[in-house]
Amino acid sequence: MDFLRQYKNALFLIAVLLAQAIALAVQVRRPLDAAQPDGPSVRLIRMWAMTAVTPVERVTHAIDSGVGHAWSDYIDLRHVRQQNKELQQQLMRVRIDEAAIAEDALQGRRLQAMLGFRESYVGSTVAAQVIGASGSEQSHMLTIDKGSRDGLKPDMAVITQDGVVGKLRDVFPTTSEVLEINDQSSGAGVLLASTRIRAILRGTLTGRVQIGNLTADSRIQPGEQVLTSGGDQVYPRGLAVGVVESIAPDPDHQPYTAIRVKPAVDLDRVEEVLVITVMQPDLTAAAQQDLSAAAAQHAADLSAERLPGIHDDETAGAASGAATATPAANAPAVIPHPLPTMHPDRFSSGSVPPASAMTPGGANSAPSGQQSGPPQAQPQSGATK
Amino acid sequence: MVTRSYMSRREVEQQRFSIPVTVLAPVGAVLLQVLLPRVFHGLAILDLPFVVTLFFAISRRSPIAGTATGAVIGLMQDVLTGQPIGVNGMAKSVIGYAGASLGSRIDVDNTATRALLAFGFSLLQSVLLYLIERRLLGIRAFHLLWLHELLRAAANTAVAVPVCLLLDFTKHRE
Repeated sequence: MDFLRQYKNALFLIAVLLAQAIALAVQVRRPLDAAQPDGPSVRLIRMWAMTAVTPVERVTHAIDSGVGHAWSDYIDLRHVRQQNKELQQQLMRVRIDEAAIAEDALQGRRLQAMLGFRESYVGSTVAAQVIGASGSEQSHMLTIDKGSRDGLKPDMAVITQDGVVGKLRDVFPTTSEVLEINDQSSGAGVLLASTRIRAILRGTLTGRVQIGNLTADSRIQPGEQVLTSGGDQVYPRGLAVGVVESIAPDPDHQPYTAIRVKPAVDLDRVEEVLVITVMQPDLTAAAQQDLSAAAAQHAADLSAERLPGIHDDETAGAASGAATATPAANAPAVIPHPLPTMHPDRFSSGSVPPASAMTPGGANSAPSGQQSGPPQAQPQSGATK
Repeated sequence: MVTRSYMSRREVEQQRFSIPVTVLAPVGAVLLQVLLPRVFHGLAILDLPFVVTLFFAISRRSPIAGTATGAVIGLMQDVLTGQPIGVNGMAKSVIGYAGASLGSRIDVDNTATRALLAFGFSLLQSVLLYLIERRLLGIRAFHLLWLHELLRAAANTAVAVPVCLLLDFTKHRE
């Protein structure tokens, strides 16, 4: 008893540490279900804690966003007109680029169809607001204001318009926790855009994002885009992850290199996110309509470029509007004519005048204008007679 | 001649806090720790629960109370960070115990002493977290970045001094 009394403080500390060490050992067992990283009891504790903290986070987020909106919408409006002009110009450029991208998409679809390639597209998303963070440098997690009642489930991908944010880790009834891609326990299958090298992206302790399973490759250069590969069954293929920032030997894992990636999304300042709730093998109906319209436009453009017009006014009319018109269908029969001769001589077509213009015994030489004039003009006028 | 043992000093200067302060200060620290990095991400380098743990430990001067306070605050922090529950709990249990043991031997009301304690214990906590993550959890990628940990210790010290002065007003001296 004296021993216990004398060392009660140390014994209490040892007991507390032992209990927590056992709790840790129980938690770090390999989870049977990858979608549920925590056991039921730990998940319950986390849910209680989130339930307690969420109202405070919602209130502070409401105050923060209210003040922020009041400032940005009513006070800080300098340079808005200039920005508006710049955005309109940018929109015009984007519309021009859109046509080219639509053609690339069509080509990609045709090639994928030929290869029998199956791809996942974003079917539907749920928009959510970030209301909290983990508050620790060792853990990079966000709390969003949507949960299982909104159809969210663990392992769903979380994105913004700029790229990938992470995936859902714990989903509670009204809130969810997002594991960011820069968390040390996070991982994603990626593809280097230009070299087409597949790799695994991981977060680091310091909150950076890096690829660590590749050996040195001179083709990989800083600035190369990193996209999701779709191989992890979490993130749809082709989403922007970031760009290669630096390449250096990995001291911990030789002979591999540590390719540091700058995330496409500013993970420290994420405000609104989209949770991908449904991924489907085909495009959505709206996207298919857009693609069909682009395909029709593409076909019309090709027809307008390749088929010759009969009259100048008809050609102009076909090019200006009738996207779905088929110029060859209603046109009169066109007599094919040979291409103009580059170096005409007396045997060339047109070098001999028509019989009606010849006089018996006269010097029937070819008119100079017919030799040098554009030969296409002659057949056209002849065809309309 | 008056002789004063460590025990008698501790008994004389042991300080108590009201229940609202005992509950609200740690909860407030954990909540602020979650909310502040949302405003400015750089504030994630701070560890407000650590500051509160250290303050209660050196003020109460009871190793058992310090251990229990550290464990509860650390576990609350773990629940909200998504880390395995017990990582911060174990580290802060040791901080609470060590802080209380040292608090009963030296004058911890002095600002300079508090600053030194905060700096030293912040580094100790970094080492403890490294040991827990690396040895207990087996995370090989966990490295101790000394410069970063020194910066963290300096930041925690800079916050700990005014926070402790503020919390001094909540003491009930016996």
